[in-house]
Amino acid sequence: MNLHAVGAIYRFEMARAARTLLQSIVSPVISTSLYFVVFGAAIGSRITEIGGVSYGAFIVPGLIMLMLLTQSVSNAAFGIFFPKFSGTIYEILSAPVSYFEVVLGYVGAAATKSIILGLIILATASLFVPFGIAHPAWMLVFLLLTAVTFSLLGFIIGIWADNFDKLQLVPLLIITPLTFLGGSFYSVDMLPPFWQTVTLFNPVVYLISGFRWSFYDIADVSVGASLTMITVFLGLCLALVGWIFKTGYRLKA
Amino acid sequence: MNRKSNVVRQRAERDLARLPEASLLALPRPRVVISVSNLSKTYASGFHALKDINLEIRRGEIFALLGPNGAGKTTLISIICGIINPGVGTVLADGHDIVTEYRAARFKIGLVPQELTTDAFETVWDTVSFSRRLFGRRANPGYIEKVLKDLSLWDKKDSKLITLSGGMKRRVLIAKALSHEPEILFLDEPTAGVDVDLRREMWQLVRALRASGVTIVLTTHYIEEAEEMADRVGVINQGELILVEDKAELMHKLGRKRLILHLEGSLECIPSALAAHALELAAGGTELVYTYDPHDEQTDITALLGDLYKADIRFKDLRTKQSSLEEIFVSLLREERR
Repeated sequence: MNLHAVGAIYRFEMARAARTLLQSIVSPVISTSLYFVVFGAAIGSRITEIGGVSYGAFIVPGLIMLMLLTQSVSNAAFGIFFPKFSGTIYEILSAPVSYFEVVLGYVGAAATKSIILGLIILATASLFVPFGIAHPAWMLVFLLLTAVTFSLLGFIIGIWADNFDKLQLVPLLIITPLTFLGGSFYSVDMLPPFWQTVTLFNPVVYLISGFRWSFYDIADVSVGASLTMITVFLGLCLALVGWIFKTGYRLKA
Repeated sequence: MNRKSNVVRQRAERDLARLPEASLLALPRPRVVISVSNLSKTYASGFHALKDINLEIRRGEIFALLGPNGAGKTTLISIICGIINPGVGTVLADGHDIVTEYRAARFKIGLVPQELTTDAFETVWDTVSFSRRLFGRRANPGYIEKVLKDLSLWDKKDSKLITLSGGMKRRVLIAKALSHEPEILFLDEPTAGVDVDLRREMWQLVRALRASGVTIVLTTHYIEEAEEMADRVGVINQGELILVEDKAELMHKLGRKRLILHLEGSLECIPSALAAHALELAAGGTELVYTYDPHDEQTDITALLGDLYKADIRFKDLRTKQSSLEEIFVSLLREERR
């Protein structure tokens, strides 16, 4: 295994995040803080507890997940899209690295960045509302699995996109709506029965439910279903990445 | 059969690994460093970019691949370097198949692309160090320093790439390609858009690299570049390798010579007394040009001068000119189109 190459790609990507600290860290933290101010304090004070948890605390896992999903996708997508756009991808393609090593470098860095961001948002949330974490180990497992899975999805989007519009298309039109409709700000029980059924087709519901369970021991769907869904999604992304590299889709003519 | 040959190869590699280093150095190395066999490439659009290419590049030589735009030069080197999927055929780099043994093959190769593609916000030092590690080499600041100094980039090592001129960026790309100490260097149009001084510096650099044992394969539009540097020349046109020849041999075999006579007066047409000679009028009728093959045992020059004297056509000066590689190249392409 070419560990030097994995390390080089990983460090290159982390250095890029460090160069754009304002965009990578500060901006998501500010927007999450605004969510807490608006939903947690202004609106949340008028909403009763959900499953014995104050509304402000209830939205903490959802907000972390919202940021985790969008940042994982955008970090990984931009990471691989930009070398394609600038032409520097030639160096990756001509280097003695396997596809697995390339993915490990790019996806590993994107997942690391979003996990760091998730933990920063967790720390930021504690400044606004008091909350506890019932299952910290499971919380980290969900954080890790979600970051890796959605970084893989971002990597796929970055390879598929051939312009900046397409790069934004999936995160804006699919990921963000699914996350908002996935129970970030409400419990599925609060929806009318028809929409409760419809929402079960949204994979993000399972991620947020499992993550929230690790905090408060309450969940919209069973923890097993959450873990199964994220594992299936991870498997699908891995299979797709494998196919991309096997065929050279949008990478090699 | 395959399994058997794999076992044999594995045994040979194991035995090789057991040899002391001194013995390894003493082993003769294969003369051919790149071997392309029956390589064809058709893009998804249906464009047939390469047609049954067979080519061998010798260790330590400078090989120039010439051809007009779209001839297949970049496709060929992109396949060898792993950037484009190979179609039909096989390519070996220092004995390693570029598909099944891609790690060993790519490790031997450095590529300087045609386009100035760099990460704008990286520093020179960081980007060259990145390339070295990407190719599986341990960090070696001393070697990177040497490469940057050799390329006159040392004082720019902390500069961001976005601040560099085009010529400097070209050097950075060369430094990146050399960072992992490759044995084979591909230069795709290395002096495109580069001023004359820098071009000559690049030529010096390429010669120095060859002297250090690196095999150089370059594609170029500048025939002058190939004429100046190459040991051997390959001409590719419409995806076909139409010839591979030692440069000196090629110029010897296909080169023509011209005798140019500067007349005292001017002529409107070739006089009938000189019709037997292959003459052309040039420079508004003030020059007579006689083209001949210098390798012919008998040229027509004596008879021509005699006929000129008889026809009372006087000249004030004469000179001869050997045809350049460019003229040979143009005539080859012209013949190919017929």
